[in-house]
Amino acid sequence: MAETLTLATRDGTSAGTGPDPASPLAVRGLTVSYGEKPALFSVDATFPVGAMAAIVGPNGAGKSTLLKASLGLIPSVSGLVTVFGQPIAAARDRIAYVPQRASVDWDFPTTVTDVVLMGRYRKLGLFRRVTRAECALATDALGRVGMEGFASRQIGQLSGGQQQRVFLARALAQEADLYLLDEPFAGVDAATERAIIEVLKALKAEGKSVIAVHHDLSTVAEYFDHVFLVNVRAMAEGPVATTFTPEALAQTYGGRLAATHLDQLALVRG
Amino acid sequence: MSGFLDALLLQAGYNAALVAIGAALLGFAAGTAGTFLFLRKRALVSDAVAHATLPGVGLAFLVMVALGGEGRNLGGLLIGSALSAWAGLLLVEWIARRTRLAEDAAIGAVLSVFFGFGVVLLTVIQTLDRGRQAGLEDFLLGSTAGMLFQDAVIIATGGALVVAAIWVLRRPMTLVAFDAGYATALGVDTRRVDLAMMGLVMAVTVIGLKLVGLILVVALLIIPAVTARFWTNRVEVVLWTAGILGGASGYVGAALSASAPDLPTGPIIVLIAAGLFALSLLFAPARGILAAALSHRRFQARVHRRQGLLALVRSEPIHDPLTLRILRAEGLIRPDGVATDEGRALAAKIARDERRWDVARAVHQDTSLTGRYDGLTPIEEVFTADQIADFDVRLGAPHAVGA
Repeated sequence: MAETLTLATRDGTSAGTGPDPASPLAVRGLTVSYGEKPALFSVDATFPVGAMAAIVGPNGAGKSTLLKASLGLIPSVSGLVTVFGQPIAAARDRIAYVPQRASVDWDFPTTVTDVVLMGRYRKLGLFRRVTRAECALATDALGRVGMEGFASRQIGQLSGGQQQRVFLARALAQEADLYLLDEPFAGVDAATERAIIEVLKALKAEGKSVIAVHHDLSTVAEYFDHVFLVNVRAMAEGPVATTFTPEALAQTYGGRLAATHLDQLALVRG
Repeated sequence: MSGFLDALLLQAGYNAALVAIGAALLGFAAGTAGTFLFLRKRALVSDAVAHATLPGVGLAFLVMVALGGEGRNLGGLLIGSALSAWAGLLLVEWIARRTRLAEDAAIGAVLSVFFGFGVVLLTVIQTLDRGRQAGLEDFLLGSTAGMLFQDAVIIATGGALVVAAIWVLRRPMTLVAFDAGYATALGVDTRRVDLAMMGLVMAVTVIGLKLVGLILVVALLIIPAVTARFWTNRVEVVLWTAGILGGASGYVGAALSASAPDLPTGPIIVLIAAGLFALSLLFAPARGILAAALSHRRFQARVHRRQGLLALVRSEPIHDPLTLRILRAEGLIRPDGVATDEGRALAAKIARDERRWDVARAVHQDTSLTGRYDGLTPIEEVFTADQIADFDVRLGAPHAVGA
C-alpha cells in the first residue's frame, strides 16, 4: 500500500495525484485508527499556501487526529504527508504547532517566558546560550498576544485564555511558515478569541499559512477563508465562500445538525 | 553528639569519611536524575527499575563463579544489575506501548516478577558452597561496612557522568516532561529522550545499590525532587535544589549513622530526606500547607469584611458570626451591630467603588481590565487615578450612604 502510494507520487505529479509542492500541508490517503475502528479513513487534503484554513467536523470526526497524525504525534496506518512539498522530517523548522491547552499540566514549574523560549529549541539546541536576542524575540511574541506583563508569572497562575495566548506566543517565537492550531478558541474568553484571531490575520498578511481545528460553525465564515470538512472521511474542501454550504454541512454532520441551526448559518453567511 | 560532629567534619575515621562523601555524591546525582522522572510523572518507574536489578546481581554472581572467578567482584555485580534493570525497563515500556495495559499495571507486574526471581536466585546462592558469605542480601538495604576506596570512586565517577548528562539533556527533558506532543512536533524523539532519562535513573540506581540498597534508592530519587518543588516554580532551580537536598541528606545521614554504630546508613539517609520533605510540606512559602491555610484564612477574612461592608451600604442586617467578628475587631461596627463612623465611611467608599466599577465596565473596552472585577479587587489596583477621576466625572456628585 505504502509502496504504490510512493510510486504514485513520484511519477504521478502531473496527473494531480501527488502532493502539491506549494501546499503548506498536503495529505494523501491518510488512515488513522484507534484499534480496529478508523478515526480517519483515506483522507486527502491540500491546504493552500497563505490561507486561513479551518478543519471543521462533528465531535469524534477526527479533526484533531488529522493534525496530530500529520505531525507524526500519533501513528498512522497508511498515508503520505508533505509540508511545502517535503517530508515532514525535513520541514520541522517551518511548522509551529499549538496543541490543545488541556494537553499539559499547568502546575509544571515553569514561567511564561520559559514556555515561550521552548519555541526556540530548534535554534538553541542543547548547548547554545539563551542570548539577549532570543529573549527579545520571546518578549516580542508575548507582546503580539498581549501578554507582555506576564513574562515571569508561573504558568499555573494564568487564566485559560492567557494560557492559550502563551501557547500561541510560543508558536510565534518559532518564526515558522505554517501554523497548526488545535482548537485554539476552546474555552477561552471573548477578549482572547479576538486577540488570537487578530494575530492569525496578521500572520496571513505576512504570507504565512494557518490551519486550525475549529468547532464553532457560527464563526467559520467570519474567521477563515478556506475550509476542510471532515467526518472520518474527507467531506469537502475549498474556499469558505463556495464550500461552506448548508448541503456540505448536512452531509458532514448528518442528522446531528438541526435544520434551524443550518438556516441560521446560511443567514450569517448571507 | 561529638561523634556526630566528628563525622560531619569527616574526622570519624577513614571509612566513615568515605561513606559520607560517597553518600553525598550519590544523593546529589539521585536528586537531579529523579527530578525529570518526577516532572514527567513517571516516578514509579524508578521502583520497577530498582527491583529489576536484583536478578542481575544473582545471575552475575553465578556467572562469575561458574567462570571460576571471585563472585563478589563489585564491578561484575553492578554490570549484571544494570543489564537486568535495563531489561525490566524495556519490558515496562513494551507492555505499556504494545498492550492495552497502562504503565502502572506494567510497573506492578515487572517489579514483582523481577524481584521475586531475584529473591529465588539469592536463596539458591545461599545454599551453594561458594555463596557462603557472598553478602548479596546487602544489596537489598545497603551496607557501608565494607566500603572501599574503589567503591567511592565508582560512585563519584558514575555520579559525575550522570549529572553531566543531565546538564546536557536538560532542555529536551524539560520539553518532553512539559509537553511531549509539542516536543514531537519540534522533531524531538520523545522515546529516545525518555529512554535517556530512564537510563540515567538506572545508572544512579546501580551505583547506589551498594550504599543504600535497591529498596531505598527509589526514595533518594524521588523525595529530593518533590521537596525542591515546594520552594520554586522553575525547572532549573528544582533540578539543582533537588541535587543539593539529596547530597545534604546523604552527607548528614551518613555522618549520623557513623556516629552511632547501630544505625543503618541507607535508612537514616532516607529518613533525613523525608524530614526535609516534611519541613517543606509544612513551611514552604506559597506551596506549603501552612502558607496555603494562612492565605485561605486571609482570603476568607477579606471576603467576609467586604460582604459585611456591602451589607452596611444596603443597611441589611448581618447574621454571619465570622463577618460580625471581623467587623467588630476592626472597629467598623459596635458590639450591638450598628455601624461606627469609621464603618460608615468605609462603606461609603466601597459603595462609590462599586458604582465606579459599573461605569468602568460600561465605558471601558479592554475586557482584560474590566474582567478583573470580582467584588474584591480594589479599583485602584486596576485603573489609574486619572481613569478613576474620569469615572467620577461620569458618576456625578457622591451620594450619602447607609444613613
